[in-house]
Amino acid sequence: MLRERVAQAAEKAVREAEIHLPPDFLRALEKTISKETADVAKAEYENILENLRQADSLSVPICQDTGLHIFFVTLPPKIPLSADIYEGINDGLREATKDIPLRPNAVDPLTRRNSGDNTGEMTPAVHIRPGEKFTITAVPKGGGSENMSRLSMLLPSETEKIKSFVVETMLVAGGRPCPPVVLGVGIGSTFDGVAALAKEALLEPVDSMDEYEQELCDAVNSLGIGPMGLGGDFTCIAVKVKKGYCHTASLPVAVNVQCWVNRRATVEVDTEGLL
Amino acid sequence: MTELNTPLGDEVLSLRAGDRVHLSGTIFTARDEAHLRMIKDGVPFDPKGAAVYHCGPVIKGSRIVAAGPTTSARLNNICGFLLNEGVRAFIGKGGMGENVLGALFGKGVYLAYTGGCAALAASRMKLKGVFFEDLGMAEAVWVIDMDRLPLTVGMDSRGGDIYSDVRRRAADRFKMINNE
Repeated sequence: MLRERVAQAAEKAVREAEIHLPPDFLRALEKTISKETADVAKAEYENILENLRQADSLSVPICQDTGLHIFFVTLPPKIPLSADIYEGINDGLREATKDIPLRPNAVDPLTRRNSGDNTGEMTPAVHIRPGEKFTITAVPKGGGSENMSRLSMLLPSETEKIKSFVVETMLVAGGRPCPPVVLGVGIGSTFDGVAALAKEALLEPVDSMDEYEQELCDAVNSLGIGPMGLGGDFTCIAVKVKKGYCHTASLPVAVNVQCWVNRRATVEVDTEGLL
Repeated sequence: MTELNTPLGDEVLSLRAGDRVHLSGTIFTARDEAHLRMIKDGVPFDPKGAAVYHCGPVIKGSRIVAAGPTTSARLNNICGFLLNEGVRAFIGKGGMGENVLGALFGKGVYLAYTGGCAALAASRMKLKGVFFEDLGMAEAVWVIDMDRLPLTVGMDSRGGDIYSDVRRRAADRFKMINNE
């Protein structure tokens, strides 16, 4: 029962994420497009907007890299944490892979054997937190932008270098991660924790930034890389920063690069009869 | 907007980086595995005037569901032979290396298609056939009939390269940021 309900919600969340971009991102994208002045960049945006219309009207994935999958779950106190939740998510993802369909992207890291259904050892990643409602958020992550993500263990005296590291990440990446990007920046925590912070920063609404995020975003945009590396005023739609306390001897920084197909969707699990 | 039809001829040599084109006609997808197979076993289609699309599409039955471009730079060192066989255009995203720019000289162009725009591409494509299907969905060579895909000339046949111009300016700007 629980496993089936979770599977249904997970499949629905994946489907929604693959076909429609979240409203906060669309608002931020429209704002970026309205301010662009370069002709080549404007033509790229025409393709992007037409693509979103086609994905919607044909009910097909926005991008053929339908991603490797990450799920964030909030669990209310009355639902016990059990294997059913993990299994249900796997069931839902397998069904989505067959039915939407999704490209099977999950392979063994060394033999490169493809599981064929987007699941495999340690994937999809599932992060479970306590919450008031039982929700599943699907975050399909494309390989092109994930490959450009970086992590650095800076010295505690190097807070000024954070900006340079973020900008350098996009300088190295150029057009490869499908800009205009959203950057999730983790600052602090530990070696493993900072990568998680960078990923979780991408869950935050992207249509507003604080002063520091705006400063990082402006610095990245000054590079002029533009959509797809073809030049333009905007390389970055938004930077989102998430911080965590770190060791007094450490300053970990991670940048998770997200392409313009900034997918995420949340679906509530039907809990009737479960609670 | 220039209208191009495959098989492509010398008309591609007059295109300049930054030009916008519509491409129609038969095209062939090829990624890493397909290139390696073609180097070993030969090109399974007629390469004269062909356009090769760096793409691993999502196919369901006989329908193209999604067909956006993949990162072309991965193929920098394994694509040159195709130009010698008569291929006139590569289509992909992110641009290619200096060796490819040199190989394109007097022969062909690199056409940029907007990364992620898989649904728009699929809406203008019909599936005609497949080679090397054993390589799997993403790596097989799919034969596609295409109707006016909107593209930008990223690298032309006379050394013009938008990407390297943009990269150079970005590197200069990065130096300035670090000295601010």
